Amino acid sequence: MSNEAVLHAHSDVATHDAHGDHSHEHHHHETFITKYVFSQDHKMIAKQFLITGMVWAVLGGLMSVLFRLQLGYPDATFPWLESILGKWAKGGHITPEAYYALVTTHGTVLVFFVLTAGLSGTFANFLIPLQIGARDMASPFMNMLSYWFFFAASIVMLSSMFVETGPFSGGWTAYPPLSALGDASPGSKTGMDLWIVSMALFVVSSLLGGLNYIATVLNMRTKGMSMTRLPLTIWALFFTAVLGVLSFPVLLSGFILLIFDRNFGTSFYLSDIFVNGVGALPNEGGSAILFQHLFWFLGHPEVYIILLPAMGMVSEILSVNSRKPIFGYMAMVGSLFAIAILAFLVWAHHMFVTGLNPFLGSVFVLLTLLIAVPSAIKVFNWLTTLWRGNIRFTPGMLFAIGFVSLFISGGLTGIWLGNSALDIHLHDSYFVVAHFHIVMGVASMFGMFAGIYHWFPKMYGRYMNNTLAYMHFWITIAGAYLIFWPMHYQGLAGMPRRYYDFSIWESFKQFQDLNRFISLVAMIVFAAQFFFLFNFFYSIFKGRKLTNLNPWEANTLEWTTPIHPGHGNWVGEIPEVHRWAYDYGKDGKDFIQQTTPVGADESHH
Amino acid sequence: MTTTIPNKEPQRIHPHKFAMWVAMGSIVMMFAGMTSAYIVKKNQSSWLQFDLPLIFWYSTAVILASSVTMFLASKAMKAREMSRYRVLITITAGLGLVFLIMQYFGFKDLEARDIAMIGPKSNSAVSFLFVITLLHMLHVLGGVIALVALFAKAFRSSVKNYSSVPVEVVGTYWHFVDVLWIYLFLFYNWIG
Repeated sequence: MSNEAVLHAHSDVATHDAHGDHSHEHHHHETFITKYVFSQDHKMIAKQFLITGMVWAVLGGLMSVLFRLQLGYPDATFPWLESILGKWAKGGHITPEAYYALVTTHGTVLVFFVLTAGLSGTFANFLIPLQIGARDMASPFMNMLSYWFFFAASIVMLSSMFVETGPFSGGWTAYPPLSALGDASPGSKTGMDLWIVSMALFVVSSLLGGLNYIATVLNMRTKGMSMTRLPLTIWALFFTAVLGVLSFPVLLSGFILLIFDRNFGTSFYLSDIFVNGVGALPNEGGSAILFQHLFWFLGHPEVYIILLPAMGMVSEILSVNSRKPIFGYMAMVGSLFAIAILAFLVWAHHMFVTGLNPFLGSVFVLLTLLIAVPSAIKVFNWLTTLWRGNIRFTPGMLFAIGFVSLFISGGLTGIWLGNSALDIHLHDSYFVVAHFHIVMGVASMFGMFAGIYHWFPKMYGRYMNNTLAYMHFWITIAGAYLIFWPMHYQGLAGMPRRYYDFSIWESFKQFQDLNRFISLVAMIVFAAQFFFLFNFFYSIFKGRKLTNLNPWEANTLEWTTPIHPGHGNWVGEIPEVHRWAYDYGKDGKDFIQQTTPVGADESHH
Repeated sequence: MTTTIPNKEPQRIHPHKFAMWVAMGSIVMMFAGMTSAYIVKKNQSSWLQFDLPLIFWYSTAVILASSVTMFLASKAMKAREMSRYRVLITITAGLGLVFLIMQYFGFKDLEARDIAMIGPKSNSAVSFLFVITLLHMLHVLGGVIALVALFAKAFRSSVKNYSSVPVEVVGTYWHFVDVLWIYLFLFYNWIG
């Protein structure tokens, strides 16, 4: 099955032959609707994912600024808050209900909408066909559906913020009973109904996307593009899709049971509950821990769904901008594989303190700590790729190096948290918050920024502004450490996460100034993101135009397409691939593209 | 389907067929999640023992028969025996509907025996049976809808399409939901 046949499966093949191979861009007459709205072009779908993700990133970031305001200034009142939040900030003071709703929505939105859909949705769509040499995805139609399911999920989630009882406020993990009983809290009513509908739509979107990514990588590679010649971005996006396809259905199972508990009176998760103002509930025999198992069976792979695309892009960007082959290509692929396998075997480390059998806990400790091995291999290979490289500090490169820095800092605390004994002290403390924000949240955001700065010229045929990008980078990296580093100390001192007001606690009062400092930095970093947003949207229309097909002098196939590739990506035949993606600085040549045949006098490759 | 580039590489699996296999892997994970939750729950307190509806034995026979007709349909399609093919996919879809109705009567049977599936009086043992079976029914319904789409395609005379790919994709899925039910049935009877 060739790529041509798939892309044109729905068109008249006879006409296609008559046109010959040189008219791919003129095949379909495109209207505004088919080009920008219901597009089936993977590049346009990628941009749709990216911009929707960016909208959510701004909203989710703004939520964190609002709840940091409460944590940093618990006694102050901000009358302007009442004007935007209304009854949720009576007298200019965020109410506890609003605080929990903000924390919950911040978590849900950032984890799923920004760092799953916005990150792997964008770059899997954009890079897979371009880097493997395909005209489009295996099923462009399913790909379009994937975006529109995500869009529908977004609308439902957004609407949950405007219902009278507020959005769901029981944490992004949606543990029952808070998520199962409408009477448990205001957010557990309509807000939770909308949350669960939104998440179900999101799971469908992820599955449709993931199926497509896997089928495309395995079946639609151009001639000569063997699996071991794939750029590491594609390997990472491939494993990401596998993780998603195997873990999201389990989450959906958990949600289905939750829906029955919520709406049809079953007792999967509920037992012996007394609700204040309602009385004792008839539910008997359920187990809230069961939900945690089902949730974290997705939840843990989910953090790798977030992280792996960033790892893949960083590998590519580091190699291109060090003008050196990636160090240990096969070790990189092997460690991605190992991470993907281990991701499914460690979920119970989120549940060490739920009364889990300590023997079982020790097995999960071992498996969890094993992840340090592939992670360390990756870090080692990134550093050795940089080592004695001819480094070009482009904005993409800076963010890629920033990613490596954050991954090391955040990964080391993972070794602490993976121990079930230490977890007794550290669980549900700010230490956990610091750990996962650095290693998964901020690091993956850095991977995303690196990807955007690096592939922006391919997306829009223009450059982004470097000065703004440098300001964005330095403020963000300094801010990320200033926000999350102190949280480690707070966590070690026992400061619990999710608390609304620490000033009334004798043991945590001492951190008031530190909290204020963190909040201040959070606001500055949030503001600095507007350097990026302005740069991004301004450059789409007014950025310096690209005159060169291959601005970064990279080897991969996407840089052999025209500056503004049409639907079908290549004019004429898809190029054939003759070598791996990392021939930098070989035989005295700065770079050799994958499409260059291997010369007779070339050294071993 | 013709190709414009001469394909020298060994015959690869069609991407749509491949995507179907991945999707089935995904559905397997969903039911694996469900049945492992069932096992976890079963080992805890207050688990109700009850007899499965007898009709589930007959519905199992029906879905098995539908797999046979599906197999014959796709064989007829490949042999270009279009009228035979149309009859066979119609029978397959019909058997699918009969299966769904029989499952519904299975629920009715439980209800008649005063075994609550949902609601405050329900026991998780029955709720699990109900939710998992319902979920499987939805997947069968999806297969029936796909068969109806094939059926509509086969009767459209304006476009002659002899591609066997859609039939094979739907056929694979149909056999899959069949095997899935066999698994669930064995699970209910002897494992769960």
